[in-house]
Amino acid sequence: MKRIYADLHLYPNLKDSKHVSQIISKASKLGYRLIAITFPSNLTEEEIRRLRNISKEAKIDLASRVDLKPKTPEELIYNLRKLRRRFEIIAVICESKNVARQAAKDRRVDLLNFPSLDFRRRFFDKAEAELASNGLASLEIAIKPLLTLEGPARIRLLSNLRREAAIAKDFHVPIVISSGVSDETLMRKPKELAALASLFDLDEASAIEAVSKNSVAIVKRNRDKLSSRFVAPGIRLIRRGKDC
Amino acid sequence: MKKVRRRYLALEIDSGELFDSREFLDAVWSAVLKLYGEYGASRVGLALIDYDMEKRFAVIRTVHTAVDMVRTALASMTRIGNKPVAIHILRVSGTIRSLYTKTKK
Repeated sequence: MKRIYADLHLYPNLKDSKHVSQIISKASKLGYRLIAITFPSNLTEEEIRRLRNISKEAKIDLASRVDLKPKTPEELIYNLRKLRRRFEIIAVICESKNVARQAAKDRRVDLLNFPSLDFRRRFFDKAEAELASNGLASLEIAIKPLLTLEGPARIRLLSNLRREAAIAKDFHVPIVISSGVSDETLMRKPKELAALASLFDLDEASAIEAVSKNSVAIVKRNRDKLSSRFVAPGIRLIRRGKDC
Repeated sequence: MKKVRRRYLALEIDSGELFDSREFLDAVWSAVLKLYGEYGASRVGLALIDYDMEKRFAVIRTVHTAVDMVRTALASMTRIGNKPVAIHILRVSGTIRSLYTKTKK
């Protein structure tokens, strides 16, 4: 079976529909069959449907994603309650330890994202990984900073990513590699993203899984849950009918 | 002496600008140097085999043990000179002939 490649973090300017179309068709041309665009939480269903139609024309599957950037665990829980049923992917930008811990153990969170370049503010340590391994969250690594940073900043980032990827592997936390770009020229083919993962010592097989299987699994799981046929984990409605 | 096994890579230069072969090769070398240093670059055995500026197409050669390094370095390239660029690998092959056959398909 042909492998499905996915980029779960694209960031086009949603106000510019031409730019959105360009990004979507570029992703399709680069070999992706599934992409996720980060939407603002107040985006209407109609707007999402319009973007789905654009991606359908480009023969690519579009998943809706929202990035949460809560300041406290309580704010995270509130936002999850409000948004979980509206979006197929929920990523949490972890900027404090409390938020990171809550996000790792909450089964409604799909992706843990640590944007800071300061290693003291990247909270993906063994405790975090253990919580994530009991939940459903994956570690998201965006490739954009690797392309845009240079010199000591990139060296520091690589060293952090190497440590985090090793911890994730030890605790069986899935890794998702995404581009995180808003600019067409920074988009890369899936195998090129996987090649860049070798810079933080991710082996080839794991890197390929991080741009395909792991990402696709998140979207599939959430689509199942959001479907009207979903009853509970492992239980879904097969057919409606009268009592026997 | 053991025979050196080589790999040929067909590349697409994704940019609105045009670059001459010298600019292109310098940029590839500097990407390899930036990521792997002089020691790493010395093991890559990089050479430009074919370059078509108009079609934005290039073929480079490397030793088979360094294909992953070259792939990573090419993916990390974002600029040639001051102009934005992305280099995409179209094909990797063991002979030039099969590379062109596969690329034409």
